[in-house]
Amino acid sequence: MEEKIIEFDAVVKRLCGSPVLDGLSFSVKKGEILAIAGPSGAGKSVTLKHLVRLLTPDSGRVIVDGIDVAQCDERELARVRARIGYLFQGGALLAWMTVRENVALPLEEQGNLDEAEIAARVDCALAAVELQDAAEKYPAEISGGMLKRAGLARAIVRRSDIVLYDEPTSGLDPVTSVTINRLIRKLNRSHGITSVVVTHDLQGALAFADRIVLLKDGRAAVDLPPAEFVKSENRHVREFLAAMKGV
Amino acid sequence: MTIERESEYESVAGGSFGGAFARIVRLLSSFGRATVILCAALGSFPAAFGRRNSRDAFFRELYAAGIGILPVVTTVSLFVGMILALQVGLELRRFNQEIYLGAAVMVSLLREFGPFSCGVCLAACAGSAIAAELGTMKVGEEIAALEIMAIPPVRFLASPRIVALAVIAPILGFYCSVIGLVGGGIVGSMQLGVDFSQYMTSALSIATVKDLYVGLFKALWCGLVVGTVAVFEGFSADGGATGVGRATQRSVIVNFLLILMFGYIITRICYR
Repeated sequence: MEEKIIEFDAVVKRLCGSPVLDGLSFSVKKGEILAIAGPSGAGKSVTLKHLVRLLTPDSGRVIVDGIDVAQCDERELARVRARIGYLFQGGALLAWMTVRENVALPLEEQGNLDEAEIAARVDCALAAVELQDAAEKYPAEISGGMLKRAGLARAIVRRSDIVLYDEPTSGLDPVTSVTINRLIRKLNRSHGITSVVVTHDLQGALAFADRIVLLKDGRAAVDLPPAEFVKSENRHVREFLAAMKGV
Repeated sequence: MTIERESEYESVAGGSFGGAFARIVRLLSSFGRATVILCAALGSFPAAFGRRNSRDAFFRELYAAGIGILPVVTTVSLFVGMILALQVGLELRRFNQEIYLGAAVMVSLLREFGPFSCGVCLAACAGSAIAAELGTMKVGEEIAALEIMAIPPVRFLASPRIVALAVIAPILGFYCSVIGLVGGGIVGSMQLGVDFSQYMTSALSIATVKDLYVGLFKALWCGLVVGTVAVFEGFSADGGATGVGRATQRSVIVNFLLILMFGYIITRICYR
């Protein structure tokens, strides 16, 4: 549990002239679940996008297993991305493919697996997210929670050892949110997946995360385990918790 | 190849200098990025065609841009031929030269109006659909998801669409010329008193192989331009549904302008 697999080192990012990340630093250990919380616009999704170079920092370093993601060449980037699964807010499934075809897509495009192996791994991923029954449905035919589970199956089908979750429970009812949170924990336990979860759902984060980072003004205001997070006297934490209770 | 986002130089130019200079920088940058997409799409087509998903996308696009828009293409080219025959025929009648109606219509259609009608129909029907589809995928983060899954969006999405339009455009261009010729013949025989067989004899006697090749080349070029602009605008979309709408609109406008401009340039080069 001690080996650092992800490290943000004084990352600065400006978007449209405004600083979104302003010297953000934190790290994630192998096999850990880190929740990143914070108000809207705090830069949570921006942080996640730096890990797969959908965005690059203006300064600072983003390290994934020893590789500086912002500076590495395309081949190294492909190797980093191959290890990372990414669950987008809306699932980001391709509309003209069924759930099964969507989940199989990264394996088919890899080009080095036979059909039987692909089918077995897709079945395994769908079973892990409890979505076998909807395998032949199109994204337009399934609910928001199922979309996210299908996106999660696609994220883990390549046997990624890191999964990034962008607001996995946003727009879902409380029961479905609990199901998704349970899945995050289950995948972490059963597959040893290192997880970074951007979330508004503090109750969920308290239940599944090993540590919670609260973003404020582009920096990590606190970085604490859940038990200490709720007891923290930090002003930003108190404000955030009060706001959550207000909701 | 990853999807290029707006370069920092563009942002600086827009912020510091403003006005015309920034627009020129943006225009040149867009032209450069669109050219890179076109080259990458053509270069990656063999790899794309070797994969089931991209091959399916290629045939789907071929059908959508061919059979799917056939009613529109037929109507447009029929009326283009009819208008052309009427306008030219009325002038020829003043000089008792209606016998040359077929030749005039044939040459105009083969050289210019066939590929032009085809380009306009492709831009309005297929190009706008591609821009809207890819734009929706861009704002829905599906293209970002492809990048993360190490699936190059240009190979997976752009290549089958651009090549499909390039393949179908010359066929549609020729079809437009044939249908336009028939439309002209109908107007000639029903309104201008030109016998249909005489009209066709005149048409076939004047057209050269060069006219056919130039027309096909123009149509091919239209297909490449429409596909590239539509893909480029789709990939550049941002800002939700409004952004997708803007990208689709830009795709149609830019395509219309480029079809006209390249039409003139190719004519200028081929017929001095």
